[in-house]
Amino acid sequence: MSFDFLADKDRIFTNLYGFQDAGLKAAQKRGDWDKTKDIIKRGNDAIIEEMKASGLRGRGGAGFPTGLKWSFMPKEAPKDKNGNPRPSFLVINADESEPGSCKDREILRHDPHKLIEGALIAGFAMRARAAYIYIRGEYIQEARVMEAAVAEAYDAGLLGKNAAKSGYDFDVFIHRGAGAYICGEETAMIESLEGKKGQPRLKPPFPAGAGLYGCPTTVNNVESIAVVPTILRRGASWFKSFGRDNNHGTKLFQISGHVEKPCVVEEAMSIPFKDMIEKHCGGITGGWDNLLAVIPGGSSVPLVPAAQILDAPMDFDGLRDLGSGLGTAAVIVMDKSTDIVRAISRLSYFYKHESCGQCTPCREGTGWMWRVMEKMRDGNAEIEDIDTLFEVTKQVEGHTICALGDAAAWPIQGLIRHFRPEMERRINDRKGTNALPETMEAAE
Amino acid sequence: MPKLTVDGVELEVPQGATVLQAAELAGKEIPRFCYHERLSIAGNCRMCLVEVKPGPPKPQASCALPAMEGQEIRTDSAMVKKAREGVMEFLLINHPLDCPICDQGGECDLQDQSIAYGKGGSRFEENKRAVTEKYMGPIVKTVMTRCIHCTRCIRFAEEVAGVEAIGAVGRGENMQITSYLEEAVNSELSGNVVDLCPVGALTSKPYAFEARPWELKNTLGIDVMDAVGSNVRFDARGREVLRILPRINDDVNEEWISDKTRHCVDGLMKRRLDKVYIRKDGKLTQASWSEAFAAIKAVDAADSVAAIAGDMVDCETIYAAKALLASMGSAMLEGRQTGLDYDVSSLSAVNFNTGIARTEEADVILLVGTNVRWEAPLVNTRIRKAIKNGAKIYAIGEEVDLTYGVTWLGNDAALLARLPKAADDALKNAQKPMLIIGGGALSVKGAQGDALALAKKYKLVTDDWNGFNVLHMAASRMGALMLGYAQKGGIKDIIKAKPKLAFFLGADEVDFTQFSDSLKVYIGHHGDKGAHAADIILPAAAYTEKNGTYVNLEGRVQRSDKAVYAPGDAREDWSILRALSDVLGHKLPFDDFAACRAAMIAEVPPLGDIGVVSFGWDAPKLEAGAKGKIAYPIKDFYLTNPVARASETMNRCSAELIHGEEILEAAE
Repeated sequence: MSFDFLADKDRIFTNLYGFQDAGLKAAQKRGDWDKTKDIIKRGNDAIIEEMKASGLRGRGGAGFPTGLKWSFMPKEAPKDKNGNPRPSFLVINADESEPGSCKDREILRHDPHKLIEGALIAGFAMRARAAYIYIRGEYIQEARVMEAAVAEAYDAGLLGKNAAKSGYDFDVFIHRGAGAYICGEETAMIESLEGKKGQPRLKPPFPAGAGLYGCPTTVNNVESIAVVPTILRRGASWFKSFGRDNNHGTKLFQISGHVEKPCVVEEAMSIPFKDMIEKHCGGITGGWDNLLAVIPGGSSVPLVPAAQILDAPMDFDGLRDLGSGLGTAAVIVMDKSTDIVRAISRLSYFYKHESCGQCTPCREGTGWMWRVMEKMRDGNAEIEDIDTLFEVTKQVEGHTICALGDAAAWPIQGLIRHFRPEMERRINDRKGTNALPETMEAAE
Repeated sequence: MPKLTVDGVELEVPQGATVLQAAELAGKEIPRFCYHERLSIAGNCRMCLVEVKPGPPKPQASCALPAMEGQEIRTDSAMVKKAREGVMEFLLINHPLDCPICDQGGECDLQDQSIAYGKGGSRFEENKRAVTEKYMGPIVKTVMTRCIHCTRCIRFAEEVAGVEAIGAVGRGENMQITSYLEEAVNSELSGNVVDLCPVGALTSKPYAFEARPWELKNTLGIDVMDAVGSNVRFDARGREVLRILPRINDDVNEEWISDKTRHCVDGLMKRRLDKVYIRKDGKLTQASWSEAFAAIKAVDAADSVAAIAGDMVDCETIYAAKALLASMGSAMLEGRQTGLDYDVSSLSAVNFNTGIARTEEADVILLVGTNVRWEAPLVNTRIRKAIKNGAKIYAIGEEVDLTYGVTWLGNDAALLARLPKAADDALKNAQKPMLIIGGGALSVKGAQGDALALAKKYKLVTDDWNGFNVLHMAASRMGALMLGYAQKGGIKDIIKAKPKLAFFLGADEVDFTQFSDSLKVYIGHHGDKGAHAADIILPAAAYTEKNGTYVNLEGRVQRSDKAVYAPGDAREDWSILRALSDVLGHKLPFDDFAACRAAMIAEVPPLGDIGVVSFGWDAPKLEAGAKGKIAYPIKDFYLTNPVARASETMNRCSAELIHGEEILEAAE
């Protein structure tokens, strides 16, 4: 193994596993809220420049450079119709709903103060008046921890008027979602925060121009915000020293599925897949020969077959080159016991269930794709149906308002690209046995 | 003005235009379902996809994309065609193939566009989705399986009608459009969602399975249900007008009409007067035209004759009656049936001077004794637009739901003389202040004078703005006033004069007991209050059955065409008066409609010019000092005139939407 694993001294999330208390005192012992005032004293632009220099790319899945995103926020508050300045807002996306993802949850429940401090600094940098933390509805315990942490921070003078004695007024509000996947999409989240039905908005206008309540808004992932204070304390060059070019920093990987020890672990970016599994997960169940495929970035990225993933660097560009993506770094490992078609079909069901129904291709396409996938499961189809299915995914992809359509299409495209022989085998086998067609029921 | 190219053709488009509008300017038709010029942009049907450079390498929804300098737009590329075909396929997979039994057939956007973008066959082998019907009231029939979720109806209800009664529940393929708790949509504009629906999901309930669009003869008409003068189209088959649809006129009704305008249509075939009747021994008995005319002649009225114009008659009828009376030596003409006697020395003081369209520009509006929502629903939508542009609304009168936020000042006409400070300040500082006085206020003595005093105080009239408005409710009102149908003391003067002979031209709201000494001749089309009280009934034509000139509340002269013939023995009003004049020995000098109209125009030239009549501004000084409560004249929006009262649909609307009766549906 040639890779330099992340040393303990370089870990940002030092209470990832909750061995210590999540409260303010314990967090301060771990270094949170240390001289936050001095960081803020550096000024808005200096912070944004430092963030740009760190090479941090958004941890929510798309990998957009965080510092650059902040720099889109207006320096001068835009005026409303009556000439009054409009406030800006930071919205923190804690609606972690991507199947496979479970990193934000660990931050929320074990290291809430990292997030709150990050919210203050990021909010200050982008001149935001307040931060809204939108927590997934099912995260009940996590929301309680966050609420307690925010209350602690207010009591300690770290939030509110003159937050952390920096001279900056900043509020943090916790908002709980109701469990819809689509509310993790940034504009749908804004709609939901405003009290409306969670449906993505058309872009343009982008949130940085007109977001929450029509005011400039930046939506960031929990992890992106939680790493901010540490980056600013230890310097952009420290953060940049991890990972390959354009893929810097440390990252929370969440490995689930057929590994000996599934876990959430902070590692340096660009860690080769095999090294990561060996070091942190105790290997694949049944050994490396038993590996079938990996979904490396949460349910919405295409799967990668075993042969291609082994030495692949786990970062944005490395996985993009394999026709997949890092996404949220939710690594779903599947060994040869997996019914791969059924696995992808289950994901199709998820997207069918979570489509908001606003725009045509996704509303109609997700249901169609799932139904055909169900037929593919037991080969109750014709060979041409595979081509039709592929075409349908192409008709959805890129034609929708938000990325849910793409997310629904990609797993199926990945399956057809890499496992077409398996799909054809099922169809042919079924023809050979002359089995009677089963009636398909909606699995609801 | 951004410059861009559409399919290689360079053109300049107005600032703020969308790519879709740019393409239309270039003469390219962009298919669409969710996009509608008068509603907010939803961008959800994805049918209007085009290729735009610079931009991401995927098709973009042109309806929501701002046109920018230097854009290269392609509407005809392979990528665009494929994308649209894909969207069309998705729209069709769950759309039932029930065009043969769908009322939208023949005027269905989905049908039309599937010809251009549809595949020959279907690749969708699964079961189609079925959706339960949603009850939306007596006007709108739903077949929600056909819905393509364009959300036009939702946006219309919210933005134009101002009732948040339609919405979407559920998500993904289970998303369904429904009215709130499946209750009737309580809006007087709900019928417009039927026009907006691009498919057959929302169709007209009263018109269900009546006719196909290609069977209908279209005639351009003017509505007479209120004084707005909505531009409509009469769709007739044979001798029956089957439906009434709006025509686009941005100055008047945009492209909306009220439910009464649209659905009073079944009233045109019910309770019709199609025979001549004479009252004998207290009972109306059938008679011939010559018997009736002889009976009228027998009164020997000389100049003791009066004419009362009803709310829905056309200017030509009003003129013909006036000419007949003039030849007999009388000028006892009145159109304000219910006894209003406001001053008409200058018509500018009783006109809607701001204009319907320019109402949108107002920044402060004071409503005085008017329930605009019922008296002129399409003026109400303009007020809603003004509010969207930032206008503030104050109102004097009984509190009612006008679909927008109003600061109610109280129900006392005396408030006109002493407006509360907030309203006073707002009107003082307004750039374009507006005062709207309703019929309810005009019936209060002194209110007109108070209002004119306000016009002076707040400088409502400037060089390019006239904020003084009277909101009439009768389609015939402005025309009748222009033709001199006004006595100083209103109808009371005529009652006092005890005419031997009184003509009621479709007038049904008069207190007929006051005319016990007169021979009451009712010339009209419906067996309503007027016919009940009449001594002689001469059956005439309804507004769909004659050509006519109408002047709406803003003084706009418009002409309506004849769609069908009047039923039975009924004749066009002007010809009845012309024939009668012969018998009475005062033969009127016109033998056909054109001559009648020409004579009318010769007497009142502005009636010959289509468009807004300029009344100038010459406010009379009137007695002020109004006090007391103001009552709104309309008690039931759906039953304001004889046609509406005869209409089954309107009665049903009234029962359900106004009186809250539960309407039981036959179990289907």
